[in-house]
Amino acid sequence: MSDPDLWARFRAATPARIALGRSGSALPTKAMLALQLAHARARDAVHAAIDFAALAAALAPLPVLRVDSAAGDRATYLRRPDLGRRLDARSRALLSQAGAAGCETVFVIADGLSAAAVARHALPTLRACIDLMAGRQIAPIILAGQARVAIGDEIGELLRARSCVVLIGERPGLSVADSLGLYVTWNPRPGRRDSERNCVSNVHDGGLSYGEAAGKVAWLLAEAARLGASGVRLKENAARAEVLVHDPER
Amino acid sequence: MVGYAHTIGHERHRFDDLKQLLACASPRRSGDELAGIAAASDERRVAARMALAELPLATFLNEAVVPYESDDVTRLIVDGHDAAAFAPVAALTVGGFRDFLLSDAVDAAPLARLAPGVTPEMAAAVSKLMRNQDLVAVAAKCRVVTGFRTTIGLEGRLSSRLQPNHPTDDPTGVAASTLDGLLFGVGDAVIGVNPASDNLQSCTMLLEMLDAARTRFDIPTQSCVLVHVTTTLAAIERGAPVDLVFQSIAGTEAANAGFGVTLALLREAQEAALALKRFTVGDNVMYFETGQGSAFSADAHHGVDQQTIEARAYGVARLFRPLLVNTVVGFIGPEYLYDAKQIIRAGLEDHFCGKLLGLPMGVDVCYTNHAEADQDDMDSLMILLGTAGVNFVIAVPGADDVMLNYQSLSYHDVATLRRLLGRRPAPEFAAWLERMGILDGAGLLAPPGAGEQRLLGRSA
Repeated sequence: MSDPDLWARFRAATPARIALGRSGSALPTKAMLALQLAHARARDAVHAAIDFAALAAALAPLPVLRVDSAAGDRATYLRRPDLGRRLDARSRALLSQAGAAGCETVFVIADGLSAAAVARHALPTLRACIDLMAGRQIAPIILAGQARVAIGDEIGELLRARSCVVLIGERPGLSVADSLGLYVTWNPRPGRRDSERNCVSNVHDGGLSYGEAAGKVAWLLAEAARLGASGVRLKENAARAEVLVHDPER
Repeated sequence: MVGYAHTIGHERHRFDDLKQLLACASPRRSGDELAGIAAASDERRVAARMALAELPLATFLNEAVVPYESDDVTRLIVDGHDAAAFAPVAALTVGGFRDFLLSDAVDAAPLARLAPGVTPEMAAAVSKLMRNQDLVAVAAKCRVVTGFRTTIGLEGRLSSRLQPNHPTDDPTGVAASTLDGLLFGVGDAVIGVNPASDNLQSCTMLLEMLDAARTRFDIPTQSCVLVHVTTTLAAIERGAPVDLVFQSIAGTEAANAGFGVTLALLREAQEAALALKRFTVGDNVMYFETGQGSAFSADAHHGVDQQTIEARAYGVARLFRPLLVNTVVGFIGPEYLYDAKQIIRAGLEDHFCGKLLGLPMGVDVCYTNHAEADQDDMDSLMILLGTAGVNFVIAVPGADDVMLNYQSLSYHDVATLRRLLGRRPAPEFAAWLERMGILDGAGLLAPPGAGEQRLLGRSA
């Protein structure tokens, strides 16, 4: 009948759900339930709440500020991306008071679409980033609920930061539900377009390591400072940077 | 009088212009709410429908929802309108048009003659007066047949796109998913890969791999690597085996600019693919994907509701006599279609509007993990669309697209749908499946084994 070695080789070549067998024309029970489990985990990652108090405690002695977007709850957040990009009134007042001094970089930890990604990877990723920022003036760490990437623009403007790094839970897939992304924006202010940011994505156990992600972010921040811009202009140079990052001689 | 109005009891509901009337008449959906153009109440929504029902259909020939001067999609809709085809319905209101479409006297032949006389805005308008069952019933009467190496859209047939995506475009991985799909009888619409990276090198590699598999097993189907049209043009120039030209399109000039395409560029690509003469049974060489919400996400919707803009994308598509058009209905996410109710409704609307406009309409029955939907909802939508006579659906291994991170239908679902509704694959492909021992004489999946041996070239 079928060649088990060949199918084993095929299975090794793709994470796709191939060669599942069939019951009549339907998925066999085991394969059907495996798909349900993966979907359930992805949904849980989207809808779970982040324990920001625990995160703040774990970040000590680093100072933190807790803010929320204008979305209010998850259902609104999913429907209204515009509200997830803005601070609510309380948070705006809080940051207005805090921001007088100005700073070089502000790091924002935002729930985004995966609480699981933030819970597992935000802290070690942030620590790796800060380790590479020795001597730089970093604002208090901002913990942002019901937030999208662009919330960093308003935060950065209020804190008078020259650059902003948003660590955010990425939209979960069935194979990976806890992937973290980092978005770098130079001179953050409301109205920045996505093409004016750079992204380091896929931070999770099977993806980019914390150290690799931090290295890329540090490079992006340095280049953005040199160019006075982030985004497409910076991306054009990034391919060359990849070579540098992976050069075994360095 | 400027604008439109309808009175219910003591309340007079006013609508400033045609696009506001259409937006308010649309079924509730998150994308129109996000754009701030949805009806503010359910009563206002029905009032808009009542006003729309009384509106003469010919109004759409005189009032554009996106200005003619500034938008080439409006210009192609207006300039390309076939007044003779429109004549049988020229005196009707939008409500009367719904009754006409549902009437027993109107079947496939008059609907096909009517198509060039219907504008996208007329199709969108009448769809807003239709229940889900109406969208299914009228679409089921439409027949749109196209061909390349297979003939798609014939009565009693249901075709499928095999989508063997891989996170890094690994050729063995793509081949594995392709083989798995062929063993389920999937792939008669197209074997179409979304590559992880849109570059000429991986595009050419995948095209050559798929074409080698097709010729080796003598499979009567077509392949496609879904890259930007400019990449496909470069691949053609390089001599790569390009069957179909793919492109995502939208319903305004600005949204198409956001996709990096113009009508002239699409025309150039169509001519390049036709010149290759790689087809056998028909010369339909284009493949388009669309989806509600893409214009707003590109900030190019002109205040028009997302379903009307989507229908205008079909106005673009039909210029190019495509082999395949599908809406990627649930891919865009909950800010445009919040839950299964909205996704299912939009899938039926898109299929109906496409068919009414004369397009070979398929649907990617799909959702993302942050939408309120699951495989049960996709089961419902696929069975509704099968009943509506959808030309093709899209399928991936186990419903899980490991590259694009969303769920579509599984290969199994295609086999189930065909079995439930008594549909067969495209005739050329069905004959091949029978020769290979994958389908039995009754058109059902044969017991596993024979087809696998032949495809893999191994003996028992």
